[in-house]
Amino acid sequence: MPRQFLAEYPEDPERYDEMFAADGEARPHYAALYDQLLGQTAPQLRELFKDVDRLIRDNGVTYNVYDDEEGSSRPWAMDPLPLIIPSDEWRTIEAGVIQRAKLFNAVLADLYGAQTLFAEGRLPPAPVLGHPGFQRPAHGITPAGGVHLHVLAVDLARSADGQWWVLNDRTQSPSGMGYALENRIITSRLFPDLFRELRVQRLAHYFATLRDSIAAFAPHEPDERVNTVLLTPGPFNETYFEHAYLARYLGFPLVEGQDLTVRDGCVWLKTLSGLRRVHAILRRMDDDYCDPLELRADSALGVPGLMDVVRAGRVLLANGIGASVIETGALAGFLPGLCRHLLGEDLKMPGVATWWCGEAPAMEEALAMTDRLVFKSAVPHPQGRRFEPVFGEDLDEDGRARLDARVRANPRDYYAQELVAISRAPMLDRGHGRKLLARPVGLRVFAVATPDGYMVMPGGLARSASEQDVRILSNQRGGGSKDVWICGETAGSPVSLLRRPVEAADLVRSGAGLSSRVVENLFWFGRYAERCDNLARYLRVALDRAADNNDSGVEWLTLAELGHAIGVLPEKCPGREAVRELVKATFDSHHPGGLASHILHLSRTGFQLRERLSSDNWRTLNALAQRVGQKPHDKVGIFEALALLDEYVSTFMTLAGFALDGMTRDHGWRFLSLGRRIERLQFQTEAIECAMRMGVKGNPDWLLEVSDSIVTYRSRYMSRPEWIAVLDLLIADDSNPRGIVFQTSGLRDYLERLNDSLGGMPDTGIEALHRRLLVLDPTLDFHPGSEALKEALATLRAASASLSDQIGLHFFSHSDDRSRVIA
Amino acid sequence: MSQRYHVIHETLYRYASSVSLSQHLLHLAPRNWAFQQLEHFQLDITPEPAQKQTGQDWFGNSSMRLALRQPHDMLRLIAASTVNVLKRPAGWREAPGAPWEKVAALLAAFPTTAPLDAQEFALASSQVPLLEDVRTWALASFTPGRPILEASRHLMSRIYREFEFDPKASTVATPVAQTFQQRRGVCQDFAQLMLCALRSLGLAARYMSGYILTHPAPGKPRLIGADASHAWVAVWCPENGWVGFDPTNNLQPDLEHVVLGWGRDFGDVSPMRGVILGGASHEVEVQVTMMPAENKRFEDLLEAVRQRPLSREPAPAALPSGGSPAARPR
Repeated sequence: MPRQFLAEYPEDPERYDEMFAADGEARPHYAALYDQLLGQTAPQLRELFKDVDRLIRDNGVTYNVYDDEEGSSRPWAMDPLPLIIPSDEWRTIEAGVIQRAKLFNAVLADLYGAQTLFAEGRLPPAPVLGHPGFQRPAHGITPAGGVHLHVLAVDLARSADGQWWVLNDRTQSPSGMGYALENRIITSRLFPDLFRELRVQRLAHYFATLRDSIAAFAPHEPDERVNTVLLTPGPFNETYFEHAYLARYLGFPLVEGQDLTVRDGCVWLKTLSGLRRVHAILRRMDDDYCDPLELRADSALGVPGLMDVVRAGRVLLANGIGASVIETGALAGFLPGLCRHLLGEDLKMPGVATWWCGEAPAMEEALAMTDRLVFKSAVPHPQGRRFEPVFGEDLDEDGRARLDARVRANPRDYYAQELVAISRAPMLDRGHGRKLLARPVGLRVFAVATPDGYMVMPGGLARSASEQDVRILSNQRGGGSKDVWICGETAGSPVSLLRRPVEAADLVRSGAGLSSRVVENLFWFGRYAERCDNLARYLRVALDRAADNNDSGVEWLTLAELGHAIGVLPEKCPGREAVRELVKATFDSHHPGGLASHILHLSRTGFQLRERLSSDNWRTLNALAQRVGQKPHDKVGIFEALALLDEYVSTFMTLAGFALDGMTRDHGWRFLSLGRRIERLQFQTEAIECAMRMGVKGNPDWLLEVSDSIVTYRSRYMSRPEWIAVLDLLIADDSNPRGIVFQTSGLRDYLERLNDSLGGMPDTGIEALHRRLLVLDPTLDFHPGSEALKEALATLRAASASLSDQIGLHFFSHSDDRSRVIA
Repeated sequence: MSQRYHVIHETLYRYASSVSLSQHLLHLAPRNWAFQQLEHFQLDITPEPAQKQTGQDWFGNSSMRLALRQPHDMLRLIAASTVNVLKRPAGWREAPGAPWEKVAALLAAFPTTAPLDAQEFALASSQVPLLEDVRTWALASFTPGRPILEASRHLMSRIYREFEFDPKASTVATPVAQTFQQRRGVCQDFAQLMLCALRSLGLAARYMSGYILTHPAPGKPRLIGADASHAWVAVWCPENGWVGFDPTNNLQPDLEHVVLGWGRDFGDVSPMRGVILGGASHEVEVQVTMMPAENKRFEDLLEAVRQRPLSREPAPAALPSGGSPAARPR
């Protein structure tokens, strides 16, 4: 049976195999997984991929790839088979990583302090002072608890003899922890029995420790609750998914630079109810972007004045400014000496042999054996140009000469590393299912600073090389990922004692602490959701009528007018041409007023809110966006369009349901509802006005349909629609959720609550207009010719548009006021 | 022998609409060093900032951070100082220095005996990358075995001769490669080009920010506000320390250059950098006066600048930092 499994799994004595021992038997810690795989059929195994894909899609796990034509989001790639490491072996890795983190922190403390390492000749200044990660404004800053390095990621690989080696260190703002967590959620569902049986160590304790340690280190009064935020460069960052995911998991508000401000020597979060002190910032923004005043002046992302607050010790920044200088590969060769000097112990985990060319003998040695080495640059742009790693074995004589010349011209900017034949791990063949592929694999391990020293995440992120270049492990290059299982004894995960319990005074109810940007996004989320719903209903009704070929009647003319007013039909569009236009508006995401493009707007706004939306809500939204653009609009027939619109309308109802039944009634919800009601008011007034132009002889049937009120009407009147009854139902009936009065009374109530709690928005006139509707006389005014009604509706529509502006001005204005750098 | 100067550096920002919050980082106080003593420094700021902090940056320059929190539609800073510039030792202009390759080797060696800051100034910085074609070009001055200061003098004179002074050709952010290619620019560009050439050869050189004395045309009075900021370079040589070269004027600074501060490039020592909230658009007007102290009393000069009527007209377009050449217009 294994024969089929291993048909494409060649032996390779040059590499260590994670799963199979030299005799071809599964290693003991892999035996259970292997047995389980052997017991499954190909279709069953292919099913695994379907499950993975579904979970990834549903959760919207993405990795944004630069220069990708597809736009920025690519689904996260994950192989179902975990990398399994027995706990005794893990303890060695753990100890090595902890020592490394301690060592780096000590090096950083020296570089940003006394700088004895340079003076004593233990470390060459060039690769440090010439590295853009060395932040001069951070010199002289002693961070809280002496911790420069809060989170460290170390990339490891295993050589043929089974030894783990360090390839890279990530100290800027390491990514991958959130993906590791997401991978874990997936594998624990794929292999629940195995997961229990192997006693896989859990990750939750690590994240709780991370959260509590940052709070413990942050400067704060003894009885003050620490407010930690997660600072992201924004949705276009390659790992934005992870920022949002971690923020939600850790319970930190996800903020962008413009959400924060520096006043009175502190950092503050701009919230709905004013400024709220921030004590700690977990940053996923590169440090040079963090403060346009003192760091990179061309950064529009940062928080002006942040460095000053850091310097005064009034905010904790994790990682500290300048920590990324450790990432320079030129350091590797000096670490054993530094470790003995700074920690008084030998370096536990070896780095891959490294030659920094700034040392003349090292350069000569490296250039004499290029074919066994890979050359990398110690700074991002040596000699003004990018330098991709050069594998000596790929070079011909000419190439070697060029490399030689380039390195000799500026030896300090280059280093060479030994090529390691890294270990391989099995990957399931997607297409076949019951077949294993051998792929080189690397392991990213994470450590976090705690008041009791560093702690390592019992797991990590394994990455397989893509087929294109097995020597490079990179998600940017399309490699895959794996979960990492540490098996055996459980660490007994003690409950953290750092955490201060929630007390009555900490209880948060109103949502007044929401950041202004989140609130603004909620408002627009409400508007887009409602607009999509209106568009879908309109398109459904209009398609149905247009297909009837009855395009001369006054009904079609007014329906088409509405279509023009809401931006889906050209002016005076005859019915026979309308079908094509309507289908286009449904499917074509380049149609600016169409449903497809609005669904994308909705999904983008939702994306920025994702740490605030429930998983169910997010899943629904995500599925919706994935329908857009699946088929070119000129290949779609009317029935298919109608079927899709039916599906869309149900989905919009589901989203409305989440808002109605799944969200607490805090201010955030009120803004979302304001958005919905304003949008609905805009649409309904427009629809009624258009319909009224039919005159008394016209049939207001379509109006009832686009207003989702036909069923109510029929059950009440059981007759052909009469204007007076239709207008009463759509305007004055305060029990009809589509009715005008229903919207105005909602707007009035929400605004009242917001004003009570947040204070003073000037009179919006909504109350007066609401009362004006209530005094309309059905006998006199509820017919299509009523000037009073026409005027009331037009005023109301104008007022609702201006209300939207007023809300923006009053509640969100400071959220889009961006800082500018001047010289 | 020495020469005392009064220097007044006025910066006026005007905003089209009110600015609600502004923060600034200043390098406006001249620094002390071997050939310069700062006797007096004062800074007028209108409107009064909510927060004002002085400090020293990594390079030892004095810096100041300001924050203004009251809505304001203009900001006026008048930095006024009296400095005493000391004469360089005799024979200093002619000193040849060590062979340049020896200096480069000393800087590149690890472990090394060269001072840390010399090593740092031999490295690329964000505005001064190391460029191969600039290096090749510079090698015509740095022939094998040539003493470093002699070669630097030669390089300076080549920049002076081969490049044209042209304020329209560049901005504060013009890359060195572009200056090199278009063969024109202002003092900042020439200084950064010379830094690029020296560092590409493995030598250490600083970007020097400051002022230079201008000489009014014969018979004309010295005008207030007619001077400008200036930039030049200083080259490190183990025997002579840091030696200045002014490629814009093809001369070695002596008694007529006042130093504000130094760094790796313009970005480290830009006199004023700020972040504003609001303001829509802004205009900036810079006026510099550098005057031998014997010409006028400090108080009188400062008062004359303070009383200057501020036109309501839109301010003239900003001069590229670096301004006009001092010794003679080109």
